[in-house]
Amino acid sequence: MIAIQYLIPELILSISIFSLIIIGVFIKNSFNIIYRLSTSLVFLLILIIISSDNETVKIFKNSFILDEFASFSKILILSSSFFVLVMSKQYIQDIKNNKFEYPIIILLSILGMFFMVSANDLILFYLGLELQSLSLYILASIDRDNLRSSEAGIKYFVLSALSSGLLLYGCSLLYGFTGSTNFEIISNSTGDLEIGIIFAMIFILVGLAFKVAAVPFHMWTPDVYEGSPTSVTSFLSIVPKIAGIVVFIRFMYSPFHGIIDQWQYILVFISIASMILGAVAAIGQNNIKRLIAYSSIGHIGYAIAGIASGTENGFKSALTYILIYAVMNIGIFAFIFLMKRKGKYVEEISELSGVSKNHPLISLSLLIILFSLAGIPPLAGFFAKFYIFMAVIESGMYTLAIIGLVTTVVSAFYYIRIIKIMYFDDPKKPFESFKNYGTHTSLALSCIFLASFFLYPSIFDAIISNINIF
Amino acid sequence: MNFPILSSITFLPLIGAFFVFLTRSEKNQINKGAIYVSLFTSFVNFFLTLFLWYSFDNQVSDFQFVEEAIWISGFINFKFGIDGISILFILLTAFIIPISVISCINSVKTRLKEFLIAILVLETFMIGVFCSLDLVTFYLFFEAGLIPMFLIIGIWGGSRRVYSAFKFFLFTLLGSVLMLVAIISIYWITGTTDVTEIYKIKIPSEFQYLLWLAFFSSFAVKLPMWPVHTWLPDAHVEAPTAGSVILAAILLKMAGYGFLRFSIGMFPLASEYFVPFIFVLSVIAIIYTSLVALMQDDMKKLIAYSSVAHMGFVTLGIFTFNKQGIEGSIIQMFSHGLISAALFLCVGVLYDRTHSRAINYFGGVVHILPKYSFIFMIFVLAALGLPGTSGFVGEFLVLVGAFKVNFLVAILASLGVILAAAYMLWLYKRVIFGKLEKNELKEMKDLNKSEFAILFCLGVLVIFFGFYPEPLLDTINVSVDNLIAKYNLEIAKSIALK
Repeated sequence: MIAIQYLIPELILSISIFSLIIIGVFIKNSFNIIYRLSTSLVFLLILIIISSDNETVKIFKNSFILDEFASFSKILILSSSFFVLVMSKQYIQDIKNNKFEYPIIILLSILGMFFMVSANDLILFYLGLELQSLSLYILASIDRDNLRSSEAGIKYFVLSALSSGLLLYGCSLLYGFTGSTNFEIISNSTGDLEIGIIFAMIFILVGLAFKVAAVPFHMWTPDVYEGSPTSVTSFLSIVPKIAGIVVFIRFMYSPFHGIIDQWQYILVFISIASMILGAVAAIGQNNIKRLIAYSSIGHIGYAIAGIASGTENGFKSALTYILIYAVMNIGIFAFIFLMKRKGKYVEEISELSGVSKNHPLISLSLLIILFSLAGIPPLAGFFAKFYIFMAVIESGMYTLAIIGLVTTVVSAFYYIRIIKIMYFDDPKKPFESFKNYGTHTSLALSCIFLASFFLYPSIFDAIISNINIF
Repeated sequence: MNFPILSSITFLPLIGAFFVFLTRSEKNQINKGAIYVSLFTSFVNFFLTLFLWYSFDNQVSDFQFVEEAIWISGFINFKFGIDGISILFILLTAFIIPISVISCINSVKTRLKEFLIAILVLETFMIGVFCSLDLVTFYLFFEAGLIPMFLIIGIWGGSRRVYSAFKFFLFTLLGSVLMLVAIISIYWITGTTDVTEIYKIKIPSEFQYLLWLAFFSSFAVKLPMWPVHTWLPDAHVEAPTAGSVILAAILLKMAGYGFLRFSIGMFPLASEYFVPFIFVLSVIAIIYTSLVALMQDDMKKLIAYSSVAHMGFVTLGIFTFNKQGIEGSIIQMFSHGLISAALFLCVGVLYDRTHSRAINYFGGVVHILPKYSFIFMIFVLAALGLPGTSGFVGEFLVLVGAFKVNFLVAILASLGVILAAAYMLWLYKRVIFGKLEKNELKEMKDLNKSEFAILFCLGVLVIFFGFYPEPLLDTINVSVDNLIAKYNLEIAKSIALK
């Protein structure tokens, strides 16, 4: 019973989910109230996790770990979910998708991620992963009368289930060869370097790479991002990525840290491939959600480059990267939620033509976000990449660094192409203006963060430097 | 000095830009508030810089007004400081910005407020480049300048502005990313990115060559050197007048400054090794681009190519490693900053009135614009290096330095002076003299007060520094001596080791 106190956030989350379902069933038209309750619940959880003390505890026979790393990731997951929830409410109502299950499924997937990032055991990890994935499949197809949304859901489900299968197979191999599902015991027994362990590692790597959408396991991303309702896309492109990268780090640095020679080059390959594909494939896109899909593939490539360095600086830089990536994506989706003409949301990039004339402020914000995504100093995106390449060059991987930086130039092309359309082209009709404080505030906050990050780039160092997972 | 004067000079325009952002105006009205705020900011900054020059001690070889602050979590510090070389460029920047602000009030018709914001933000980044004593800070400012310049070319540019803006952005970005790799490598080799520390620690010779090339790739694109100069004519032609002025007068100088401060200072052995390479590129730049300039029929393009040729003199002078050469190239950069700015303003005057830059469109302008023709002549003569103008001082010193090192290179470079005379005078002849035939030209009005004022200021300075370059030479003297002494020491050491 002593362990229960460490589970307070997870317990609150599970109990609230059940209570919300009951409320939702018994009250008619309960979307608004459930949505508000869920949003405040997420906010409350952030406060609870921030205020809890940060000692490292392992409970349930070492299968559940609570450390700085886990609580940092949880705060990150919660805060980005909070912003996604706040800014997408209007959109969900506008597309007549206001079912009360929607926020509850998001909460369920957050619960799954909580277990993922705190897992110190293969079984708990897999359970958490599946909980979040299943919730995401439902989310992707939540607009069930829309053909493309259903298609996105099915596609995502089939491919993701396959990767989960591979991952599970890897886990079982690992259990077979090491005799345990616990990360620490596995970590101690990987030293023998049996071929089975390498196989297990590769299977798990494939599964993880699929979940974060790294090349060559990225095929689902553009279709799912485009097909899902934008509110879901914004969630999909931010929150599961954070959890995915965190778990990636956990696996590579904890159970597999002994066999770094085996996975380092696989990661370097995945990273280079993602960066190149993310940069090149996005050039031809006309749908902004598809473009973000490819750009997120590229960004994951950079984060994985940090992990591939295998050093302490490496994973810390990957964490900083994913944090700044989350802020940038929140900003860009906040902008997409404002792209509304005649009551319809538009997604084509050409619709942005000359936006800066009619909406100078929000286009300035998007300008800052796009330059930041391109990694141009002095914006935050530059520092994210800077930290990554510091770590990469520290490990002497110059090829990775040079390829990575050259791909930033290629990807800069499609980001500045959007800026060109916004600023250099002739204006179209203005967007519908509507009061949407949540979205506007998210956009403003994200852009202020990105633009003023250079004043004090060590803002997260105090937190991140405490993280220790070895 | 406890007052952080360098940070003030650097960040004042940014604050000014913020206030310009806050100004409001009625629709279709000129935003007077924005104009006054930006004029005020840029002039205050110019006077602050003059004060800085006044309080600068030109007998000290160390960096002065050093400011340091903890920046990126203890491993990279924010460090500012200047020596005799950087202060000239800061002066030049602070002088050119008010001029371009005044010039754009007349010529920029749309979105004037945004234009002024872009110029002021750009000023911050450019002064930051010249103040930075830390590689990461330097890179930050060096790259950040791309954003406002990209917007200036793209929003306010001519008909092919999109192509030019993209070319400018991608070329310079591609050049610079390798420099970032090099900067990070230097951090892992020496444990610091503080330039003064790196001067002391000294980078091992086996790393120097690759690092030098990485820095070179960035500076060569920015300067620009042949064969990566092709973005410059496009960018110049399409940019609005004020944009061309800033581009030619200051942005190009960042690379020359970079060679002096970083390439020579940090990698002396590599710099010595690559001298023939630089000489070949410089001579090609001088002769080839001068010939290309001869054949241009667009005035801005002609001046752009002549800039490439003049920058060839700069690299030639820097890599002679003697006092005349280096001082000459610094003076050359300074005077080219004044002259090319003035030439672009002169082209802008004609363009504002006729919306044409084609040389054969004009002819006989002297009959209707006598004042203009006179002032234009001063700058044409200065651009071809006539004695008595600042253009002569720079080119002469560079050639003297070059003759000391390599006779053949110096002879070939001298050809460039002759070619410069050819294309500049021919330009002047075709535009200004001849018969005034076109009716639409006859309605042109001569220079108005603000145009005359800024061109007059530039003209006075060009002639003043042509006759009396002492103030400039005094400022850089000790710093250049110091630079050369350090370089020679390193070379002597490496020879002794062999």
